[in-house]
Amino acid sequence: MNNAPDNFIIEMLGITKDFPGVRANDDITLRLRRGEIHALLGENGAGKSTLMSILFGLYRPDKGVILKNGRAVSISGPNAANALGIGMVHQHFKLVHNFTALENIVMGMEPTRLGLLRTDQARRQVLALSEKYGLRIDPDAKIEDSTVGAQQRVEILKMLYRENEILIFDEPTAVLTPGEIGDLTRIMRSLADEGKSILFITHKLNEIKQTAQRCTVLRKGRSVGTMIVKDTSVETMSELMVGRRVDFSIDKTPAKPSPSPMLRVERLTVKSGRQQKPLVRDVSFEVYGGEIVCVAGVDGNGQSELAYALAGLIPADAGRIYIAGKDVTRSPVRARNMLGLAHIPEDRQRYGLVLDYSVEENLALKSYFRSPFQRRGFLSFAVMRAHAERLMRGFDVRAAQGPATRARSLSGGNQQKAIIAREISELPNVLIAVQPTRGLDVGAAEYIHRRLLAARDEGKAILLVTLDLDEALAMSDRIFVIYEGAFAAEFDGVKADARELGLRMAGSGKRVD
Amino acid sequence: MDRRGRFAPLGAGLASAASSIIAILVGLAVGFAILLATNPAQAVRGLGVIAMGGFNGGMKGIGQVLYYATPLILTGLSVGFCFKTGLFNIGAPGQMIVGAFAGIWVGTNASFVPPPLLWAAALLAAALAGTLWGAIPGLFKAMLNVHEVIACIMCNYIGMYGVNYLIKNSNVYDPLKNQTIDMTRAAIPKAGLDNIFFSLKGRFHDASSVNAGIFIALILAIAMHVVLNRTVFGYELKACGLNRFASRYAGIREKRGVMLSLAIAGGLSGIAGGLMFLAPAGGLHITVVETLLAQGFNGIPVALLGLSNPIGIIFSALFVAYIDQGGYYLQRLEYMPQIIDVIIAVIIYFSAFALLMRQAIDALRSRLNRRADKRARGAGEEPV
Repeated sequence: MNNAPDNFIIEMLGITKDFPGVRANDDITLRLRRGEIHALLGENGAGKSTLMSILFGLYRPDKGVILKNGRAVSISGPNAANALGIGMVHQHFKLVHNFTALENIVMGMEPTRLGLLRTDQARRQVLALSEKYGLRIDPDAKIEDSTVGAQQRVEILKMLYRENEILIFDEPTAVLTPGEIGDLTRIMRSLADEGKSILFITHKLNEIKQTAQRCTVLRKGRSVGTMIVKDTSVETMSELMVGRRVDFSIDKTPAKPSPSPMLRVERLTVKSGRQQKPLVRDVSFEVYGGEIVCVAGVDGNGQSELAYALAGLIPADAGRIYIAGKDVTRSPVRARNMLGLAHIPEDRQRYGLVLDYSVEENLALKSYFRSPFQRRGFLSFAVMRAHAERLMRGFDVRAAQGPATRARSLSGGNQQKAIIAREISELPNVLIAVQPTRGLDVGAAEYIHRRLLAARDEGKAILLVTLDLDEALAMSDRIFVIYEGAFAAEFDGVKADARELGLRMAGSGKRVD
Repeated sequence: MDRRGRFAPLGAGLASAASSIIAILVGLAVGFAILLATNPAQAVRGLGVIAMGGFNGGMKGIGQVLYYATPLILTGLSVGFCFKTGLFNIGAPGQMIVGAFAGIWVGTNASFVPPPLLWAAALLAAALAGTLWGAIPGLFKAMLNVHEVIACIMCNYIGMYGVNYLIKNSNVYDPLKNQTIDMTRAAIPKAGLDNIFFSLKGRFHDASSVNAGIFIALILAIAMHVVLNRTVFGYELKACGLNRFASRYAGIREKRGVMLSLAIAGGLSGIAGGLMFLAPAGGLHITVVETLLAQGFNGIPVALLGLSNPIGIIFSALFVAYIDQGGYYLQRLEYMPQIIDVIIAVIIYFSAFALLMRQAIDALRSRLNRRADKRARGAGEEPV
């Protein structure tokens, strides 16, 4: 295949995309050569997914043009993208679970004669493709019975069956075991050798080294540059991705840990129904009152499940959890809350709020059943209102119609502040804060950081789960790196080095000090 | 964002009432189409008769509307209460019939209860039996995750056939009429309503069947309103219905909520059955036939039209009973009874699309808003 330097199949020039309150893509230019594997590297929220969604037609850019083979094209939706030969494997697969692999691959493009399916022809085509690229599948296996790796191969075959020549992979390795990752790497290389052009979203540096020829780094919605992978060290890429360590280190006094741990976790293991590999593997740690312990890691490494298991929302398969010395491994959510567990959940709209309740009702979500919020089974709306007004003032929660506003109509930042107000006001012993500043603007994030530090200085034990390196470094007294469900390293919060932490998060274990 | 040219949001209550009224008008329009198709000459008069509803019969007609609305308020509450918890109680017919039988049996056999209180004891038995019958699907849902619709439908049939069997094998059976015996001693008291809602036919005092049941239904509707909106219990149930993830996060025992919600719904339907069938000679009796009670199923459109709000349900039940009476008087014109049933059913079921209308209103509003936004942005958007 032609691999001349200027043989660009796709060019995205000066792409800008605004969402309410945030510029997700700011004048980004990305050029994809025919037959290359091009990695797109960046932290969470750097704008990678937005950029790829624009290429796949899910969003329209506010500014900028997309060229295919040098000609401007308009991509109005996934169907238009498909017609241009652009296919995408989403991070969460889009397959019909009770259909077979073959049915999923041909769905929407089934060969027919006189309105009847011609399964034999479809089967021949799919098996030929499968052979050609080494994509082993069982065409008659139902998706729900297939492993994640096999499901991914079905997704890839779906793109190939549609004769796509530009293949987008959205964090394809996040869900795979190491063996499967090796297979995928080989498959991607053979696809590129056959002239397919691949865009590969990731934040794992080693994988880029192994597969990609070039790499474009995004940071905070801007392109930091495009480099040749074999001429660039992993450390350089990591530095570009994370950026210079932003020095807004908040005035942080040394931690004064309590004599005994508030939260103790012993060899905790969490499995999920479908997946074979445990999501949390044999994790042990302690959090003392008056300190912030951080669990840092790239998304999808088990940190969400760890938090849900601690909060009692998913069961632990092995190990023990103690809150304030009491074993709560099998306790329901309410019992844990009564022992002083507060939880700022990762998904604030799904777990943190009843969106169709008012702000005051939401602020009472953890206390409505206690006096004085209730008397003889009846709610006291006056108490609820006063409570809400106090918290909204104290935590600067802004709502158009005050405490009676529907939670749904609050901005994301105010929703988050409301949750944090509620959880901190419960005077917890232990506060689990999962990505407390995700999606918030800098001002709101800083405010939330200050409140968390104030809670720490009041002697609360805080477990901070974050994907954001800056946040981990600015806030933590101790940092655990979680990788593939297990704790891979422990750092002292003050002495930790951003680059090394980034490398550990990306799964690079070998590091000479 | 430019807010000029935006449509100010209607008040939530106003939007709800508007959507219910639009749904009713659509229902009437479709009903009119059927009137036209079956007997064009009488269609306009026919629509008039339907629209006049209970008023066709003077004071007696109004009384009949109240009488028929009584069980509908209760089954509507039963279904609507479950909707608020995120459950679909399609088991009202079974809960009604089981409650009705328990009431009749106690009304006949509980000779130790002093006669003035017998009807109340019978009604209590109806409520308890209905509660039990609602708790069964609740238990299945909470413990085994069996969908409540499946369990409720099965309980409907088990309840109907079981009650048919029990009637035939107990002392409440009247074999001549193939139905339950008259409830002379345990009949729901009239509470003087028969002296208000009657028509004079010459010197004949033609009284409506309305009785104290309507008061019980109204009191229970207000009670449900209080439970849902003022109590800890209602707060928990609604939270489960609106977002069960957040309720679990808040530590609410979701399974207990599911069970209690269906049990309470069953109790309401059981009372509906008791109020309907605890009737003296000339009133309604359980006939031993293989048909599920329409009043049970009609709780669904009543709840939908009332948007599951207990106060709204009072009005929607009155409306359904009112239209039903219109159909009764439509027999005066040359319409076949089956056609009348079809027309009334069409009006009622189209009216139940209130929620759909609500969504349509919201969608229309946001589309108009989007268009206004776009105009405000002008040609800021560049072609790709």
